[in-house]
Amino acid sequence: MKVLVPVKRVIDYNVKVRVKADGSGVDLANVKMSMNPFDEIAVEEAIRLKEKGVATEVVVVSIGVKQAQETLRNALAMGADRAILIEATDNVHVDIEPLAVAKLLAAVVKEEAPGVVLCGKQAIDNDMNATGQMLAALLGWSQATFASEIAIEGDKARVTREVDGGLQTISVKLPSIITVDLRLNEPRYASLPNIMKAKAKPLATKTPADYGVDISPRLSVVKTVEPAGRKAGVKVGSVDELIRKLKDEAGVI
Amino acid sequence: MDFGLTEEQRMIVETTRAFVEEELYPHEQRVERTGVLPLELIREIQAKAIAAGLYAANMPVEVGGAGLDTLSWLLYEKELGRANYALHWTCVARPSNILLAGNAEQRERYLMPCIRGETWDCLAMTEPGAGSDLRGMKASARAEGGDWVLNGTKHFISHADLAGFAIVFMATGEEETPRGPKKLITAFFVDKGTPGFTVREGYRNVSHRGYTNSVLEFDDCRVPAENVLGEVHKGFEVANSWLGATRLQVASTCLGRAERALALAVAYAAERKQFGQQIGKFQGVSFKLADMALELKAAELLTREAAWKYDQGTVTDGDMAMAKLKATEVLAMVADEAIQIHGGMGLMDELPLERIWRDARVERIWEGTSEIQRHIISRELLRAVGG
Ligand SMILES: Cc1cc2nc3c(=O)[nH]c(=O)nc-3n(C[C@H](O)[C@H](O)[C@H](O)COP(=O)(O)OP(=O)(O)OC[C@H]3O[C@@H](n4cnc5c(N)ncnc54)[C@H](O)[C@@H]3O)c2cc1C
Ligand SMILES: Cc1cc2nc3c(=O)[nH]c(=O)nc-3n(C[C@H](O)[C@H](O)[C@H](O)COP(=O)(O)OP(=O)(O)OC[C@H]3O[C@@H](n4cnc5c(N)ncnc54)[C@H](O)[C@@H]3O)c2cc1C
Repeated sequence: MKVLVPVKRVIDYNVKVRVKADGSGVDLANVKMSMNPFDEIAVEEAIRLKEKGVATEVVVVSIGVKQAQETLRNALAMGADRAILIEATDNVHVDIEPLAVAKLLAAVVKEEAPGVVLCGKQAIDNDMNATGQMLAALLGWSQATFASEIAIEGDKARVTREVDGGLQTISVKLPSIITVDLRLNEPRYASLPNIMKAKAKPLATKTPADYGVDISPRLSVVKTVEPAGRKAGVKVGSVDELIRKLKDEAGVI
Repeated sequence: MDFGLTEEQRMIVETTRAFVEEELYPHEQRVERTGVLPLELIREIQAKAIAAGLYAANMPVEVGGAGLDTLSWLLYEKELGRANYALHWTCVARPSNILLAGNAEQRERYLMPCIRGETWDCLAMTEPGAGSDLRGMKASARAEGGDWVLNGTKHFISHADLAGFAIVFMATGEEETPRGPKKLITAFFVDKGTPGFTVREGYRNVSHRGYTNSVLEFDDCRVPAENVLGEVHKGFEVANSWLGATRLQVASTCLGRAERALALAVAYAAERKQFGQQIGKFQGVSFKLADMALELKAAELLTREAAWKYDQGTVTDGDMAMAKLKATEVLAMVADEAIQIHGGMGLMDELPLERIWRDARVERIWEGTSEIQRHIISRELLRAVGG
């Protein structure tokens, strides 16, 4: 069984995000970019499936600017076998929308015929949480989102999902789209020997036109603003004052 | 000339940095405060380093290393160098390159166990009476009935307590030269436990807490002829051909720590307020930051250039001396100024600065003192004009 893992290049989670002066988005010029952490978990899971002998090949795909090649090389250095880069824009500030990404992925799925697509549950840049679900709908495949445990059993996958207030275990028929959550695994370090080997692994470069997909935007960003700064705390003089403030001002008791 | 890093180099830096931050930093304070690196902690981190392919990555692929070019190797060293020395040197060991000079049987017996993390090597040249002037060594070996018999004392020998064996340099004769008699030196493998070989606790050292040094004593210690590394009387030739780049390794590990200190200083200057504003807005502080960054970059470029030349086969002793000299002196300056910018807090062991400052001191002494590096650089200049 082949496993396909889409990976997105996003602003590194350690970077202090700055909004561009004109409010059109987040400033991405000269900031550190990394693989979306949830996608890293998906890559790790795919490699583990291969190590267990369940998967035969791990293919990673990224859609975006040509620099996403770095993200793909990271996935190859972790242990993925092959990569596909779909160069959809040359502007680092353009975010390809989930529907366009899902359409492109659907086209890749038709070509590659994977048994499972493992996606991150969302990308940490825009937190859309939509691509995996849209992809399942476009393909008419089953879907299991927010996975914290995955077991492939014959032509089914048993997936434990992190839902509000607990865990839910479902069984889905393969082929399926599984989106992964934080607690599924801890991604490995790309080992030095694997980093050296990654260069020799195949990386194919495509464009949306190769798949006949229209990626023109359907959403428009009206405004991007920094979250309001946290207000300074206040010191209270006594327990009584604290209780009064919690009751009257905060309204929590 | 391309100053950028390749994709692989970038990934090597990222992986090594992540490992250092997640697996080494959390243990630093304990090692610094106790001065001890417990064996069970070594084993735990070692296993992770082996899994990540970081262990012994300085080695060529055919013996299980990563097969890195010199610049990539030094980038890896720089990241490791950020952390407490005992932690990175022991738990993510880089066996000495000189072990590659061994014959097939010696590689199997000494090199491979080091690469697999089963033991460590140590290298013994320095003696109480012979430091910079190593040729002046007194410890000697004499041939006797097909064996060698070793006598003498070595001191300052790093991590000899952990090591399973030592590579020991001994005087084995003398030859006449136009400039007077010159000692002939031979390198030997000596296993721990060989009768007549004792490892004694060394001195307590201001730098690199948890990283020990020992005194090695040889008292009619007999080793078989097969323990000679390289050729008899050619010990320094072996050392020169295999240990040349260790000065670049020292330079790189210093750059890593200097970069860490600078980053802390920059962050603090941007955050700390006195007299109603960020201290980074006072020129007294901001110009310090500028000079620290400037000197650090100069040192880094010297090191990178030497690395590049090393792979081209055009590096000179002077190039490597310049890199080592500059990086070790810049580290001392950057560490000192980073503490200054932190005010009193910089001296407290809650932050890694006080130890980066202490650790900087040894770097200007070992692997050739700053004076010896200057001697090498100037000798090269003068020789070029027949001086
Ligand atoms: C913590 C630590 C660990 C070490 N680990 C090892 C190890 O594992 N193996 C090993 O073999 N050695 C090791 N050493 C020894 C180290 O390499 C020596 O300390 C170093 O070479 C200097 O020798 P020395 O200390 O005897 O100083 P000396 O050579 O006595 O120097 C004293 C001073 O004289 C100066 N000087 C000497 N000659 C000249 C000259 N020609 N021109 C100008 N100035 C000169 C020096 O620069 C220095 O300032 C270690 C040292 C330390 C401190
Ligand atoms: C071991 C120790 C013992 C001490 N004992 C005592 C004690 O008994 N009682 C007591 O009251 N205090 C004590 N102190 C505090 C000591 O006096 C302060 O550490 C010192 O005044 C510096 O203040 P700071 O550490 O807050 O640094 P900061 O004032 O925050 O300075 C940080 C950096 O900013 C620079 N800076 C600040 N303002 C300016 C400016 N306007 N222009 C340019 N640069 C500027 C400083 O020079 C420094 O480099 C002690 C400190 C230590 C380390």
